[in-house]
Amino acid sequence: MSIYQEIIMNHYHHPHNYGALPQPDADVNIVNTSCGDSIRVTVTSDGTTIRDVAFEGHGCAISTAAASLLTDHIKGMSFDAVRKLTTHDVLTLLGISLTPGRLKCALLPLEGIHRAINTLEK
Amino acid sequence: MKDVRLDFPLLRTHQDLIYLDSAATSLKPQIVLDAMNRYYTDYGANIHRGLYAISEEASSEYEETRQVVADFINAPSSQEIIFTRNATESVNLITYALGREMVDPGDQIVTTVIEHHANFVPWQQLAFQHDAEFKVIDCLENGDLDIYDETGRIDLSGIITTKTRFCALTLVSNVLGTVQPVKEIIKAIRAINPKTLILVDAAQAVPHMPVDVQDLDCDFLALSSHKMCGPTGVGVLWGRNEILAHMPPFLFGGAMIREVRIEETTYDESPHRFEAGTPDIAGVIGLKAAVRYLQGVGMQTLYKHEQELGATLLKQLQEAFGTKIRILGADSRLPRIGLAAFELEGCHPHDVAALLDEENIAVRAGNHCAMPLHARLKANATTRASLYLYTTHDDITKLVTALHKVHTRLCPSIKK
Repeated sequence: MSIYQEIIMNHYHHPHNYGALPQPDADVNIVNTSCGDSIRVTVTSDGTTIRDVAFEGHGCAISTAAASLLTDHIKGMSFDAVRKLTTHDVLTLLGISLTPGRLKCALLPLEGIHRAINTLEK
Repeated sequence: MKDVRLDFPLLRTHQDLIYLDSAATSLKPQIVLDAMNRYYTDYGANIHRGLYAISEEASSEYEETRQVVADFINAPSSQEIIFTRNATESVNLITYALGREMVDPGDQIVTTVIEHHANFVPWQQLAFQHDAEFKVIDCLENGDLDIYDETGRIDLSGIITTKTRFCALTLVSNVLGTVQPVKEIIKAIRAINPKTLILVDAAQAVPHMPVDVQDLDCDFLALSSHKMCGPTGVGVLWGRNEILAHMPPFLFGGAMIREVRIEETTYDESPHRFEAGTPDIAGVIGLKAAVRYLQGVGMQTLYKHEQELGATLLKQLQEAFGTKIRILGADSRLPRIGLAAFELEGCHPHDVAALLDEENIAVRAGNHCAMPLHARLKANATTRASLYLYTTHDDITKLVTALHKVHTRLCPSIKK
């Protein structure tokens, strides 16, 4: 099965939550060292839950679709619930399985979101 | 050139595979696999000092490879051939064994921005650890080294000085595909500082073109077996005998010693002094078969075949995608081997490579162990198609057709 399913191509071509929030509580950049891709994640929160989240940057279809789906998914979620999200959850959202070589692309947005939460809790 | 595809069993196993990743590693002909298998099945004993027939046969096969490799790169003596694990280790052998002895604070180590990390990081770290100056020769937008004066002559004044201990140069870039004017650069280095030791990274050159260490006039040359039809796990360092004879060892242990006493150890002569422990015997024997295979094809013939195919690759990509494609180094007028690292507008290299894989086409995406070069040319990452003696015109046509499909699927990309 191709990993380039319709859902992924749709989110790649028309990503949700694309851009940067004007007055974020957290603002982090994260880089995939294997390809030089970078994603910026901005978050607003009420201290314990995600109020709004956006992402921007250059990424492949897999990382862009993952960021799009994931940002939809976590709005209104508690930090604790977001922190518990795993590789499996991201792949479920994407609806595909990935080889180790591409897993990094899919997980980059989640890593960025986790990092953003960490800065909020400091 | 005669059709060699039947010589490569992997192409029979995967009849629909279009393998365009030979710059990463080449496919192996059956005779190389047979040579290695014969070692393990017929005379798989350890080399040196085994006073029985099959050990002596193993030693003689292993040692014979030195002569075969020496002849292949026109080294004056087989004693100048040191077997390592890979080209990276060959470079590290010099930076560790000689570099640590020779480099003092304030000295200079020179390399270029187009190097593979293997010929960049060891020198960078050596310079940092010894408070030496790490000088990196820049390149122009077309990837050519920035070493020419207004008249087009190589001018290294201001780069090479009396304090330059080492200069490390690649003969063929694994991203640009261009054959660097290393012989002329070495001449210019020697004119300024004849004492500068010069190492040439020939990992991408030796598989594709005739290389002659005496003609280049370098001091050291590193190459890699697995990029030239040989097995993985074996590299070669060639060095001038007069330097190797006085070079201290880097790895200590078995096989590299003359005499070990509690108070003192004395070392064997070069090259054995630099080959501690049991080496990859089967791999070295496989390399011999690989060199003989390439000699059978003829390096001049192979080079011509690749130049022609490489030109076709560039032309077809440019004709198909025009301004939508940027091939790194394509504007250079230097001769080139058959490869193209490119950016395709709106298409991420990871997606390009993954979608080409769905069409059974193997290419590489990323920065190809050349991050300084990608940063210099402002490319995040590229997709690289690299050719070898088994590549056909049909492979290239199929690549271009598949790339069209990929481009259509990935574009229009998100408008940001």
